[in-house]
Amino acid sequence: MGQTILEMRGVSKFFPGIKALEGVDFSMRSGEVHALIGENGAGKSTLVKVLTGVHRPSSGELLFKGEALELRDPTDARRAGIAAIHQDASMFPDLTVAENVFSGHLLRGRAGLLDWRAMRERARELLRRVELEVPPDALVRELSVAERHLVGIARALSEDASLVIMDEPTSALSLREARDLFRIVRQLRDEGVAILFISHKFDELFEVADSYTVLRDGRYVGSGAMRDATVDSLVRMMAGREMGQLFPERPALEGAAERPAALSVEGFSRAGTYRDVSFELRSGEILGLFGLVGAGRSEVLRSVMGLEGRDSGTVKVFGREARIRGPRDALKLGMALVPEDRQAQGLILEMAIGANVTLPQVADLAKGPFLNPAAEAELTKEYGSRMEIRAAGWGENAKNLSGGNQQKVVLAKWLATEPRILILDEPTKGIDVGTKAAVHAFVADLASKGMSIVMISSELPEVLGMSDRILVMHEGRVAALFDRADADEDSVMRAALGADEERGAAS
Amino acid sequence: MKELLKRAAKRKEATLVLLFALLCALVSLRAPSYLSGKNVNTIANDSALLVIASLGQFLVILIGGIDLSVASNIALVGMTMSLANVAFPGLPAALLLPGGSAMGAATGAFTGLLVAYGGLPPIIASLGTQCIYRGVVYLVLKGSWVTATKMSPGFLALPNTPILGVSSMVWIAALAAAAVIVFMRYTASGREVYAYGGNKTAALFAGVRSRKVEILAFVASGALAGLASVLWVSRYGVAQSETAAGFDLQTVAACVLGGVSMSGGSGAAIGVAIGALFFGAINNALTVVRLSPFYQMALQGFVILFAIVSNTLIDRRNQMKLAARRSV
Repeated sequence: MGQTILEMRGVSKFFPGIKALEGVDFSMRSGEVHALIGENGAGKSTLVKVLTGVHRPSSGELLFKGEALELRDPTDARRAGIAAIHQDASMFPDLTVAENVFSGHLLRGRAGLLDWRAMRERARELLRRVELEVPPDALVRELSVAERHLVGIARALSEDASLVIMDEPTSALSLREARDLFRIVRQLRDEGVAILFISHKFDELFEVADSYTVLRDGRYVGSGAMRDATVDSLVRMMAGREMGQLFPERPALEGAAERPAALSVEGFSRAGTYRDVSFELRSGEILGLFGLVGAGRSEVLRSVMGLEGRDSGTVKVFGREARIRGPRDALKLGMALVPEDRQAQGLILEMAIGANVTLPQVADLAKGPFLNPAAEAELTKEYGSRMEIRAAGWGENAKNLSGGNQQKVVLAKWLATEPRILILDEPTKGIDVGTKAAVHAFVADLASKGMSIVMISSELPEVLGMSDRILVMHEGRVAALFDRADADEDSVMRAALGADEERGAAS
Repeated sequence: MKELLKRAAKRKEATLVLLFALLCALVSLRAPSYLSGKNVNTIANDSALLVIASLGQFLVILIGGIDLSVASNIALVGMTMSLANVAFPGLPAALLLPGGSAMGAATGAFTGLLVAYGGLPPIIASLGTQCIYRGVVYLVLKGSWVTATKMSPGFLALPNTPILGVSSMVWIAALAAAAVIVFMRYTASGREVYAYGGNKTAALFAGVRSRKVEILAFVASGALAGLASVLWVSRYGVAQSETAAGFDLQTVAACVLGGVSMSGGSGAAIGVAIGALFFGAINNALTVVRLSPFYQMALQGFVILFAIVSNTLIDRRNQMKLAARRSV
């Protein structure tokens, strides 16, 4: 590990009424992968924004390569050698890879005209360094999310960045893609680049990071070497809570085998996406649906709900065949789907919390054509307070809420329809540990009251900790079905990776 | 009361009202007659048509689209209704108001069908119907005019009949505004329009039917354009092939002035009405201060841009304050 490259001393950032960062000391060495850990709202984003020149600190100082550094805007940060690769990979999809790599600092030749040849060549070189095998002229639109991340890294390299910030880089990657990314990250580290790595997933932090710093409520809590840390110790630092409390105690489902099927999915196929998927959801159980990104889990369930088409397959709801052409039909059958992407699929950000919560049934609540504000307010209040949504009032726009509270609004919206069958697609993706635990407790409670729940999740601990049975999908097919008692991390992960299938084919 | 004022001040439209007041004050300094009862009446009359047509445009912009067929819709429906009046002078002229709305609703529905079932973006679909509708007017009139001399007195009196000292045209505009405000704020369908405009995917997940909303927006736009068209031809006493040319963009400008977001999902009907009135007030002010007509168009553009930019900047500042509070 190299010398100290970055030092923050007593950095604070105040917004009207809020201390986002308070006296944070933080340092990083060159040639290390440093994990920045904390719940949502702990100050990670603000710290990154201070480092990238988006926010100017209210007090405190930054030392970079031993010199005081003052960042007035993001351009200053880039010039200094600090590059950030953002969650949504801020790319230009309709420009080529080379153009993206050099966006913001295009190479110029004679007479100030752009030197495309040099850029293409240099891009090719950089792509080789990040082991991305695409031509510099390929459009970024045509690349996968993982490949886009690599282009982002190539861009950072093209600017000779000595500090690269990666904010949740694996949130949309499959396990294999993530592994590839980690290899490149390590390679960069070995070349002396400092990498600040932000993630909610502990397993990957332990895999890739050398050291860590934990923030809580805008304050520095502690830091150390990753090899000396455990999940428990980190969670304690983040939340002041033990790991054991993360999942609620759930007794085994009574008479599981004799329970009638709430939902039967039979012979679902769609060319290129999933094939011959059949499964049964027993009434009152939580069926975990695990698989890598791209295994077709969400697609199957969206087809069940009539949101997407399919080539073949039938659905039975409580034993009766059902034709579900869209959310309205599903609603009548007592089914609800809480989608994966709360901002894109779950919320109307410009609308009030109340209007969001009542949207699926706004026409049913109405008196004739006219809205029924009293009934809407009652429904919002009931489910809003049950979900413990923290907001100034139910009239506040959804966009003004934090991620965790937005997720609660989405949950409240679908629970308010009083479904008998609830489909949760990644219910705790990207939300902090505290809210996660609240969501888990809530879901367990719903199941104990008789609701039948399908929970799609990419987080193995969540699936293992919450489910009565676990259905695993691999590349569009059902790979395995486990009872909770028979499932462990190893067997579920093997099924998801298709390891058993390959072995079966070989014998 | 204080609470009510506080809440009003927080709204986007508040800035517009302030700018409006500022304009009135400035113009009054130069021409004290600007705020006289008579001139205010003139402003209301001159803005009424824009108010009506903009309220229709408002719905299309709310779903993230734009309706470029408003003006040619006015030309087509206006021509048809005036020809109907010429052919059947005995028919009560007031019937042409619902008649024009119905025909406009139909022409609007056609554009809506192209969007909902043809999958065309609103701007393209309405550009197509713009040409078709205007083309039909050319074909029928072949350059000739339907003039006031051929229209019945009852028809010509439609916009100008005073009721309680205010012309019928202004009353109709006020009623149209009230109807759209009620529809958007107090009906389930109005809520669905906002939801669909705010986030199409999330609305779909919540069971909002996209085709219904798209057709609804264009039907509303067409019906209001149709209503405006009858008042237009009877007020100006002529229906010709260039009727209302360029009016589309004025309705868009009125919406934007009124705080409607061009990306859809946000804006209020009351803002649109104020925006259209503001637009009319600017035009009137330029006449009242006796500016050379040659300057008028450029200055009109300047004032509109100024109003929109200041409105946007103030709104953005408020947004940033909110964002800062949240990004902890």
